[in-house]
Amino acid sequence: MIDLIFSPFVEFEFMQRALFGCLLLSINGSLIGVFLMLKRMSLSGDAIAHAILPGAAIGYFFAGLNVLAMTVGGLIAGVLVAFLSGITARKTQANEDSTLASYYLCSLALGVLIISMKGGSVDLLHVLFGSILALDNDTLYLLYFNSALCLLGFCCCYRFLVMDCSDSAFFKGVSKYSGYSHYFFLFLLVFNLVAGFHALGTLMAVGVTVLPAATARYWSNRIEGMLLIAFVVAIFGALLGLLCSYYLRLPSSSAIVLWLGVFFLLSVLLGTQGGVLRRIDLKAKPYEELQ
Amino acid sequence: MKVRNKIIGLILAFLCSSFAVAADKLSVVASFSVLGDITKELGGDKIALTTLVGPNQDSHVYKPTPFDVQTLAKADVIVVNGLAFEGWISRLEESSGFEGVRVVASKGADIIDLNEEGHDEEEHDDKNEHTKHNEHEEDDHKESADEHLDLDEHHHGDQDPHAWHSLTNVRVYVNNISTALITADAANKDYYQAKKQEYLVKIETLEKRLAAKVATVPVAERQVIISHDAFGYLGRDYSFRFLAPVGLNTQMKPSAADVAQLIRQVKTQQIRALFVENVSDDRLIKQIGRETGAKQGGHLYSDALSAKNGPAATYLKMMEHNIDTLINELQ
Repeated sequence: MIDLIFSPFVEFEFMQRALFGCLLLSINGSLIGVFLMLKRMSLSGDAIAHAILPGAAIGYFFAGLNVLAMTVGGLIAGVLVAFLSGITARKTQANEDSTLASYYLCSLALGVLIISMKGGSVDLLHVLFGSILALDNDTLYLLYFNSALCLLGFCCCYRFLVMDCSDSAFFKGVSKYSGYSHYFFLFLLVFNLVAGFHALGTLMAVGVTVLPAATARYWSNRIEGMLLIAFVVAIFGALLGLLCSYYLRLPSSSAIVLWLGVFFLLSVLLGTQGGVLRRIDLKAKPYEELQ
Repeated sequence: MKVRNKIIGLILAFLCSSFAVAADKLSVVASFSVLGDITKELGGDKIALTTLVGPNQDSHVYKPTPFDVQTLAKADVIVVNGLAFEGWISRLEESSGFEGVRVVASKGADIIDLNEEGHDEEEHDDKNEHTKHNEHEEDDHKESADEHLDLDEHHHGDQDPHAWHSLTNVRVYVNNISTALITADAANKDYYQAKKQEYLVKIETLEKRLAAKVATVPVAERQVIISHDAFGYLGRDYSFRFLAPVGLNTQMKPSAADVAQLIRQVKTQQIRALFVENVSDDRLIKQIGRETGAKQGGHLYSDALSAKNGPAATYLKMMEHNIDTLINELQ
């Protein structure tokens, strides 16, 4: 049994790299995912992940499969969409969800347009799917950097972010930093999604961010607890996903996200904090009281 | 105003001259770029040549246009490869009402039978009949190709049609095409024969150079992984062992199992170079290269020539480029 788990990683370097990449992604994915969930912005993460597309496509056309070019392009596009929607929402009567949806749709359409315009011999859609099985040094450096930045950012701004998440109206009243902390968080989110995009592709990158956090919510009421659980869930999902991909011939990124999905469903059923079975057991206690 | 008149004049002059020339010349249609190039060498300036499937285009999935029908209707000679390589050509001939000379360039060439090598999954009981009746062979293949075209675009029947990857076979091609040109245009017989001799000398020179080049690598080390199955003839002529990559195809996203299998294959069979062109994600190939020490090979040309400024603009250049690329990776 233990041999079955370890042998692929001992024999093949690409498996080691994939696991290590997943570990790095799990660190910042769980961090950002938990705050994203508390801010009720999980779907925004998905939207911003799509918004990265045109930037990465432009970067790809200028420099080929260059990690730096695609990262910079994706960052610019993602940040632009996130900030524009934030500013538009704050300065006009629209809500942030509608502005974000509008900007990301434009961005996505632009990305598809650019891809089909340059639709040469290389299929960019393949490129945009990421490649967890082929993480080269450049991509790993990027993931390192991303994790370091995320950890540093959260160390410095932890209290601001917690305030912003738990009661942003109160935070706005007592501190002039509320706006900054929101935008800083958005920047970290975009960076995280761009890094995840290199490893898992635009669609699957959101999975490692959102699913572990949603799972953790069923097991803990405290932010520290959720962070820890989300991290453990993420890394176990990655490990099981990679092993499934190795033994059962499944595409890796889908296998990883599906394992995270399995954990989520199990938690919906069994979770100590408002899980379905627990609520049936406790009949008397409505969910609201548990919070 | 003046400038515009001049331009219009020039265009008119150009059109007139091209029509005038086209009328004198033998009108020849070649099915794809390799045959087009060989025919051009043999016909020189006595023929007006049209190539249906141009450089860098795929003959397997080609869809003829109405323009092709028109071109073919007016043509005197059509040059096809045969061996069911161009599955669409028989329908095109029928619909255009073509009545000129039809030359199957591969006729009489030394063809690789895929069934013998265990490549093909189908059993053909009439295999012996096939080889006996050469004339009927084409028709049989045409039919089967038409049936198969809708199911599987890459299925060629039971014989490997990529016979032009052998210089020996191309001598047969040259003879076939040249004979057809002479049949259709007997007045220029001497010219065509001179051209043919000239080209055969070029082929011989190249043959010697390539043989010398290949000899620099011992036979035992001549093995690479190659994704396209078009190079059977090259392998036969120069004792290359071409192994198909296990597990990888373009349709699916690769799983960790596929990548692991390919890495094991490269390691156990001591492969020194990988030519996996059909996998668009070359990051994966690079990773396999890093892990095994095998080199990622350059681009090989199989079913079409490159554009004019590319490394394989003519047939002879293509052969030279392919061998150079293979040998450079193995040295």
